[in-house]
Amino acid sequence: MLNYWNKEIETIGEDSLAALQLKLLKETIKRALETSFYKVRLEKAGITSCDDIRSLGDLNKIPFTTKDDLREAYPRGLLSVPSKDVVRIHTSSGTTGTPTVIYHTKEDIDNWTELVARSIVATGVTDEDVFQNMMSYGLFTGGLGLHYGAERVGATVIPIGGGNTKRQIQLMRDFKTTVIHITPSYALHIYSVFRKQGVELLDLNLKKAFIGAEPHSENTRRKIEELLNIDAYNSYGLSEMNGPGVGFECIHKCGMHIWEDSYIMEIINPVNQEVLDDGEEGEIVFTTLRRNATPILRYRTRDLAFIHEGGCNCGRTHRRISRIKGRTDDMLIVNGVNMFPSQIEEVVMQIPEVGTNYQIQLEKDGALDKLTVKVEIYSKMFTGDIHELDLLKAKIKEDLRASIVIHPIVELHEPGSLPVFEGKAKRVLDLRPNSYKEV
Amino acid sequence: MKLTQISIFLENKSGRLYEACTLLGENDINIRALTVAESADFGILRIVVDKPNEALSLLKENGFASNSTKIVAVEVEDTPGGLSDILKVFSENEINVEYMYGFVEKFREEALLVFRFENTEKALEVLKKNHIKAITEGDIVDL
Repeated sequence: MLNYWNKEIETIGEDSLAALQLKLLKETIKRALETSFYKVRLEKAGITSCDDIRSLGDLNKIPFTTKDDLREAYPRGLLSVPSKDVVRIHTSSGTTGTPTVIYHTKEDIDNWTELVARSIVATGVTDEDVFQNMMSYGLFTGGLGLHYGAERVGATVIPIGGGNTKRQIQLMRDFKTTVIHITPSYALHIYSVFRKQGVELLDLNLKKAFIGAEPHSENTRRKIEELLNIDAYNSYGLSEMNGPGVGFECIHKCGMHIWEDSYIMEIINPVNQEVLDDGEEGEIVFTTLRRNATPILRYRTRDLAFIHEGGCNCGRTHRRISRIKGRTDDMLIVNGVNMFPSQIEEVVMQIPEVGTNYQIQLEKDGALDKLTVKVEIYSKMFTGDIHELDLLKAKIKEDLRASIVIHPIVELHEPGSLPVFEGKAKRVLDLRPNSYKEV
Repeated sequence: MKLTQISIFLENKSGRLYEACTLLGENDINIRALTVAESADFGILRIVVDKPNEALSLLKENGFASNSTKIVAVEVEDTPGGLSDILKVFSENEINVEYMYGFVEKFREEALLVFRFENTEKALEVLKKNHIKAITEGDIVDL
């Protein structure tokens, strides 16, 4: 059965979408010119009025906005409405420098909620579902974003937030939770706690998980689906574009539909900023189309993905992006070779003997970089045979070498012994002097 | 006359062997025989205990990757050449020993040895034919 939340918009034709985007883009430019930051930035680019944008092709007259720009504009440089119209503020943590802020009007929150409602209905959620939201509430957008969307759809929302695994499991059992919103690493962790708490999957009523907030591989998704016996749907969002609800998988799980009536999506080459075609991998760039308080133009997300070519069987016309390969700033350089942590994850998570957690560690060994991949073994696959474990290590090592061209050291660890994260996972430990990476 | 041996995966971290043994001790499980096989970054502790089923579920509940395998424990005369006599029987009958280790205690006057055979069934037949006694689960409890 095909379910839509807003069929008209979700199945909009190509021409109508383009016309709508142009209209909304012009309104967005108008609002941007009201902000102190964009007034200067746009005028420098020769845009002084929304009438300077005549077609979607004029998009490339607009300069890109970066994270540093948002920092520079903090706290009020991107505010486009009178303060009294702002009903909510979300700021970034600021742990890596000056924080960034996104303001929302009542209408902005309403639009965001609509996108989340569309997203979760696309996975088959209805008002009969019980939705346990395990993402943190507060300034982090993951919690509140899904919360309001699920309420709008009419699901029963359990706003427990992140952490407190024992309580999570108790609520899942007592209220027959059908849908959870969770980070992939926490989903794997929570499974390992079930057994300790004496809870069987049969005691629960779990059907779906929305997983997001950290890059993960297809193999990790499959692992979550198999272990918990559920469907796991990828969710994509970033606080600069509201948060969750920017992109979501439908029941077909073949890439995340980006709501193109609310965001103009471009993929660019991160090095020379050239706009790329569908199918080509590059950095995702977004322009908000329906945000009043904080319009953002051509925002460079640093997330790497490509746009799937062709339509989707669900009937939604909004284009789909691939899973996020990583962030341009996640890239690790090991002995001169570029690699993404996601490449390592892809390899280790497809090996059945590997458990639910792994860690990547980088150190200096003289002049060279030493890469150690620590993996937890999967209890059920442990036979007690030491030779089998040595073979497993050799296999992981060889598979990694084939994928990342670097010879890693592989260490086997006990289940549950590597650090666990109840929020976003920190898989990479870079202990090299002068390294700035701790993804 | 197969016995249950429990194998426990231990990563190379100080105190981990201690924790495994403490867990068993606190739950009144007696280790009758043990050996540790080691690799660069992990080891496998192999034990024969008086209550194998209880020990295995206890270890699993407490997050130890563990598993059980069938082994055979054989009485060996505690005199020079005692082990050699037994091994001769295996060798002549083409029984492969994967690994072996000794019990902590003696059984009656004989020494006790644990054998992991490539083919346990075949090994048991050979033992029987040669009137070599394999220890039973009950004997372990009575030790």
